Amino acid sequence: MSAEEEAVAWETVIGLEVHCELATATKLFCGCANVFGDEPNTNICPTCLGLPGSLPVLNEQVVTFAVRLGRALGCEVRPGEFARKNYFYPDMPKDYQVSQYDQPTNVDGAIELPDGWRVGIERAHIEEDTGKSTHVGGSGRIHDAGHSLVDYNRAGVPLIEIVSRPDLRTAEQARAYVAELRGILLATGVSDARMEEGSLRVDANVSVRRGPDAPLGTRTETKNVNSLRSLQRAIDYEVVRQIDLLEHGEAIRQETRHWDEAEGRTRSGRSKEEAEDYRYFPEPDLVPLRPSAAMVAEIDAAMPPLPAQRRAALAAIAGIAPADAAMAVDRDLDALAIAAIGSGADASRVLTHVEHNLAVEGAGALDPAHLAALVVMETSGELTATQAKQVLAEMVESGQAPATIAAERGFEAMGAGELDAVLDGVLDAHPEEWQRFVDGDAKARGKLTGFFVGKVMAATKGQADGKAVTAALQARASR
Amino acid sequence: MSASAIAAEVRAGDRSAREVVEVHLAAIDAREAELHAFNLVLAERALADADEVDRRVAAGEDPGPLAGVPMALKDNLCTRGVPTTCSSRILDGWRPPYDATVVERLRAAGAIVIGKTNMDEFAMGSSTENSAFGPTRNPADPSKVPGGSSGGSAAAVAAGFAPLALGSDTGGSIRQPAALCGVVGVKPTYGLVSRSGLVAFASSLDQIGPFAATVEDAALCLEVIAGHDHLDSTSIDAPAPSLVDGLDGGVAGLRVGVIAELAGDGIAPDVRRRLQAAAEALAAAGAAVDEVSVPAVTYGVSAYYLIAPAEASSNLARYDGVRYGLRVDGDTTASMMSATRTAGFGDEVKRRIMLGTYALSAGYYDAYYGQAQRVRTLIARDFAAAYERFDVLLSPTSPTTAFGIGEKVDDPLAMYLSDSCTIPTNLAGEAAVSVPFGTGDDGLPVGVQVLAPALGEAVMLRVARTLEEVAP
Repeated sequence: MSAEEEAVAWETVIGLEVHCELATATKLFCGCANVFGDEPNTNICPTCLGLPGSLPVLNEQVVTFAVRLGRALGCEVRPGEFARKNYFYPDMPKDYQVSQYDQPTNVDGAIELPDGWRVGIERAHIEEDTGKSTHVGGSGRIHDAGHSLVDYNRAGVPLIEIVSRPDLRTAEQARAYVAELRGILLATGVSDARMEEGSLRVDANVSVRRGPDAPLGTRTETKNVNSLRSLQRAIDYEVVRQIDLLEHGEAIRQETRHWDEAEGRTRSGRSKEEAEDYRYFPEPDLVPLRPSAAMVAEIDAAMPPLPAQRRAALAAIAGIAPADAAMAVDRDLDALAIAAIGSGADASRVLTHVEHNLAVEGAGALDPAHLAALVVMETSGELTATQAKQVLAEMVESGQAPATIAAERGFEAMGAGELDAVLDGVLDAHPEEWQRFVDGDAKARGKLTGFFVGKVMAATKGQADGKAVTAALQARASR
Repeated sequence: MSASAIAAEVRAGDRSAREVVEVHLAAIDAREAELHAFNLVLAERALADADEVDRRVAAGEDPGPLAGVPMALKDNLCTRGVPTTCSSRILDGWRPPYDATVVERLRAAGAIVIGKTNMDEFAMGSSTENSAFGPTRNPADPSKVPGGSSGGSAAAVAAGFAPLALGSDTGGSIRQPAALCGVVGVKPTYGLVSRSGLVAFASSLDQIGPFAATVEDAALCLEVIAGHDHLDSTSIDAPAPSLVDGLDGGVAGLRVGVIAELAGDGIAPDVRRRLQAAAEALAAAGAAVDEVSVPAVTYGVSAYYLIAPAEASSNLARYDGVRYGLRVDGDTTASMMSATRTAGFGDEVKRRIMLGTYALSAGYYDAYYGQAQRVRTLIARDFAAAYERFDVLLSPTSPTTAFGIGEKVDDPLAMYLSDSCTIPTNLAGEAAVSVPFGTGDDGLPVGVQVLAPALGEAVMLRVARTLEEVAP
């Protein structure tokens, strides 16, 4: 390795494969219920058990969901074909998985992360889920288990596999990408996207290289990542591991690795060289899938607002960057914020409440007019920030107007005269501190401001407005 | 007695279904030990079903167009609660929890299932010798094979065990045994009959069809089982065609093409002479008969033995010992699966699974499976060109009359060539019927094949009916 190469910092390259279970009423090829958590082997039939003579019948709702998701990901919808992916595994009833191989329904899309980073979507294809094995005895993996139990309730549940291009550069970005995908899945209603229940599963393809112009390095695929936090940790681990190997002159093996949550490390699984040959071929029991142009147009017309659009809308009315609108959208409170700002409330106060004071159940049902009224009361000095926070909490609970709650609680604006009287008392009681404040520079005054505001708050039981106290202190000191 | 005559008499109350079933059970008693057409005879159940038909007739109801007609079903058609073995050990003990669509339709039409017939294991074979339960013998000469893979069904009809039987035809498995046993056998257009409940061999080629002693009975049965089924995505979305009504329309004015590539080398001289006689008989009946070249049919066997095993290697993967059927234990899941499949499958099935697995392997897919699919397109194109000039085509069904038991078991290639005349129709997804037309020099039955374009069954059966009338 030349000195020149050494000088270039390592760049991480990440592509993600995300499997999400579709929230259809029934499975992909049969009428069995698609629900999580039922008694094992209760939602099964000859088709999803792969009994001899059974045949698949495509669930139309899956097609609608797949196209809707594809369009939300900016994909082109093309004629698709199902294929069989052949390999033996006890949780796969037919010992092949019906999937889309060289003719996926959705291709060539992209999504934009809140910070504006664009991630290409190579494909989003339909496939069936497998059953779920529980290996009893040994390490819990199949090779040394005493025996195995299989629940086929999940067999035949519809999945969409979303394959990104290797456009992600950091673990945080990967996390943001999955969060954004999750937002799109929820907005389009095609999946409940619960990582903890396995309805959203992420495999991370990670490699490193010497700077953005170098060819892609050998990648590893890390599986068994069950939360956004694990995803970030797993990628970080893999990056350090790979850089360490390369810097010691060793090579990266292209392989599947498993994330060990307890130990915080990835472990080698099956290497790709000894990977199975899946012998894909067109599924002869199904006919090609050709979503009509009319169907795609209908789905486009009915597309709900997606997270990126919602961030842009809130950003525009609030005069902020789209990235700063992300939390409101994540909390599903952007419509509330837009309506409140639209009726005249101060945007930054509205966003402060949305981001800090409304992470509670029921916040979405808040009347935007009430939120706007609260912010107006706050900015006009009728309520202090502390009071506003208390009133807001009660608004969420009772649904009452802020004026009503404020009146009930006896929150009234403290007049300037009243504040002066309290302040007189406080300054009289602490002459030494006050002298240091008067003589002090900005830094000293800053320290003492907290002290005096605290005393005033104590004297007024929190009803004073901290900003008004600060202003009054400065005014008196410069008299 | 024909199926249509039985149904007419049972519906009219002139004959009881019980009597019909008893007569056929007696025929089975007399020769089944010698022929081994059945894997299972459902005597008690058939009598109970017959009593139900009789009760309905007595109550003034119409049990349907096949009222009281005993049916033999190939043992790869699922029957609820009744073992369905595919003549394989691997399905040992398995009882389907459902009836195949064709079985439901037959029952709804008043037919009575009298037994499950022997077959080549998973329908892989042309002699019914590849059965885990021993071979079926040809009723015309028990030293000969009945053909296959639906040899049990063909023998059952030929021996008078049942007036009607169902088989499945992937490369000739209905037509070839029909020819060798001297009965009528129809391979309908792909998608005309639902495959739901047919244990798959090669999904893109498999099609269920009837065996009968007469063309009329075959047409009657096909009318009952045909028509769209939402459980089979490859089922043609159209109602069942009317076939019996126009059967006696004759062949005057019809254009009949004799396939040149299937009338020369590789066809036994006595079979060739029968084909020639059939062509002349049709001409005499008013058809315009000429020779036609369908060049791609000569590649049929090669393409078939890539496509069918490829699909089979995937379709038969599910027999792994995990969920149903045979299980031979092992130390690990993988060794259990391996031991189960080693013990459960016969040699021919293993051979085809290996062929198919190889044909689909990375690096070989294009050269084998991909190329075979292109040949398939070519065959369909050549047939389409022929059907621009002809209404139906004519060929022998089998290159020879029935061969001796054991004669070809050690020579798979010779066995595969028994289907050279029938395979092209499956690859094209079209229809064909084998109709008996005299005997060969050995006195054994010869079948002539009438081929038709997709959904051409009505015209095809009219031609077959004419051949039946003029057959020696």
